[in-house]
Amino acid sequence: MSVFTTIVSQLINGLQTGSVYALIALGYSMVYGIILLLNFAHGDIIMVGAYTAWLFMVNFSQSPIIAVLAAIVASTVLGVVIEKVAYTPLRQAPRLSLLITAIGISFLLENLAQLIFGAGAKPMPKIVNVPSISLGSVSVSGTALVTLVVSVVSMLLLNLLIKRSKMGKAMRAVSEDTGAAQLMGININRTISFTFAVGSALAGIGSVLYSAAYPQASPTMGGMLGLKAFVAAVLGGIGSVPGAVIGGFCIGIAEAGASAVGLSVWKDAVVFIILIIVLIVKPTGLLGRNLQEKV
Amino acid sequence: MAESKLVPVPSRGMVPERDVSDRPVLETLHLGVDFGGLVAVDEFNMVIGKTEIAGLIGPNGAGKTTVFNLLTKVYQPTRGTILLGDKDTSGMNTSQVCKAGMARTFQNIRLFNDMTVIENVLVGHHNSIAYHTPNAIFRLPSFWREEKEARKRALELLSIFNMEDTAEAKAGSLPYGAQRRLEIVRALATNPTILLLDEPAAGMNPTETAELMENIVKIRDTFNIAILLIEHDMRLVMGICEGIAVLNYGKIIAKGTPEEIKSNPLVIDAYLGKKDDDEVEDDA
Repeated sequence: MSVFTTIVSQLINGLQTGSVYALIALGYSMVYGIILLLNFAHGDIIMVGAYTAWLFMVNFSQSPIIAVLAAIVASTVLGVVIEKVAYTPLRQAPRLSLLITAIGISFLLENLAQLIFGAGAKPMPKIVNVPSISLGSVSVSGTALVTLVVSVVSMLLLNLLIKRSKMGKAMRAVSEDTGAAQLMGININRTISFTFAVGSALAGIGSVLYSAAYPQASPTMGGMLGLKAFVAAVLGGIGSVPGAVIGGFCIGIAEAGASAVGLSVWKDAVVFIILIIVLIVKPTGLLGRNLQEKV
Repeated sequence: MAESKLVPVPSRGMVPERDVSDRPVLETLHLGVDFGGLVAVDEFNMVIGKTEIAGLIGPNGAGKTTVFNLLTKVYQPTRGTILLGDKDTSGMNTSQVCKAGMARTFQNIRLFNDMTVIENVLVGHHNSIAYHTPNAIFRLPSFWREEKEARKRALELLSIFNMEDTAEAKAGSLPYGAQRRLEIVRALATNPTILLLDEPAAGMNPTETAELMENIVKIRDTFNIAILLIEHDMRLVMGICEGIAVLNYGKIIAKGTPEEIKSNPLVIDAYLGKKDDDEVEDDA
């Protein structure tokens, strides 16, 4: 394999995992933008999405399409339920309580999954049945192709939603100034729930794409995936939607780069080194707003 | 400007003569709030006619903005009743009060700076747009129609202040005066029956203030709504307000027409001050 081929194929690998990170990072960033919460249960929503897809593929032996839709619906519902049950009662509480609650929810979900499905990983049947294509000397797997297309389409739709729709404008208004948004007649509770729903739906899509690439579901899969997406969100500037996308792709490509130079054992470390560098050099991230404390 | 006589209404307040047959747009009864042991506002009784321009004045710290925060439910009143038209707003939250017809601006400008000018207006418009999110995602024809309708109306509102040209600029990039005007447009976009303006002329030069006065009257005449404003610029207050309430230490110390307020010894003592000394010097 020529150097060029290696670079291109690693780039495609990077874009593939990167787009999954980006989808998940979007959920982190949107939720942080609107209620300043680092939702550490977000990663475990992906795990639940993956198990849902697995359940539908194996037990109900239905088509991949239905499994995918079920995973997205389950993630969305779970995200909104968590917000209503765990976070809404703490709206006025100190932010630290909210953060600890999020971590608690994360443990709860992981242990529930172990209780129900056992601690071992479940092998995921093939979800994506698309033949690979070759671009010159580089072969692109069907999964990578589908992952990229689905992610990009989701991001474009999200962009339209945020830029154009009434709910999107409400989300942006609430994240800029909750008080003023409320005085303009925006229903804060509904806007926050909607944000959780959209973020979790994206996580659901991410969960399916991830388990198409690494075909298994395990109770702790959300942990590392969630952390890396969190790093992506911080790198892009937490709270920023385009930042989450850029951060996701950067992290994915950085990982692939580490593997390409033979440091694949180190690829997790590379991600966290990036986090440390960002926090030292530019804590607000690439596109982050300068945080001003609201009075 | 508008010379009108105040006449009593059945409840207890006074409204401009032309509004006497309409239900007052806003009535407060024994309104008050305590912060801990501190009585911030007490026995605040006010009646505002359907198309009245009313003023709320008083020294700094008298509780004027607190009254606005009570009316818009940023603070929950400790006691008293607020009637917005025929609706009792107790139990409503901020966004419901807005939907019931009350809109406001802020003393320190609070625009959505990262959004464009027209988007700020569209956020205000939020309540009156009927389209639903699925339509927006799937770009159904009804979405386009409604979005077009909403944008058209937003531009119309911006044209009151000749701001159509800046529609696509970021709100945060506008000059100060324009930001103040945009706040008024954004508030108007919520379709209010009463508009609360918190120091609309703050930081404006005399020319801008004069223009603002004309515009406030124009807004009242165009939209047929009531306006309640807090302001320290006495030329503006005395020039366009029909009814004025003076607040001191959280209590209303005087109510009446500009003429009555100007000559009220309590008000002169607490707020307006004696300007006779200067005038004597001028005359001499």
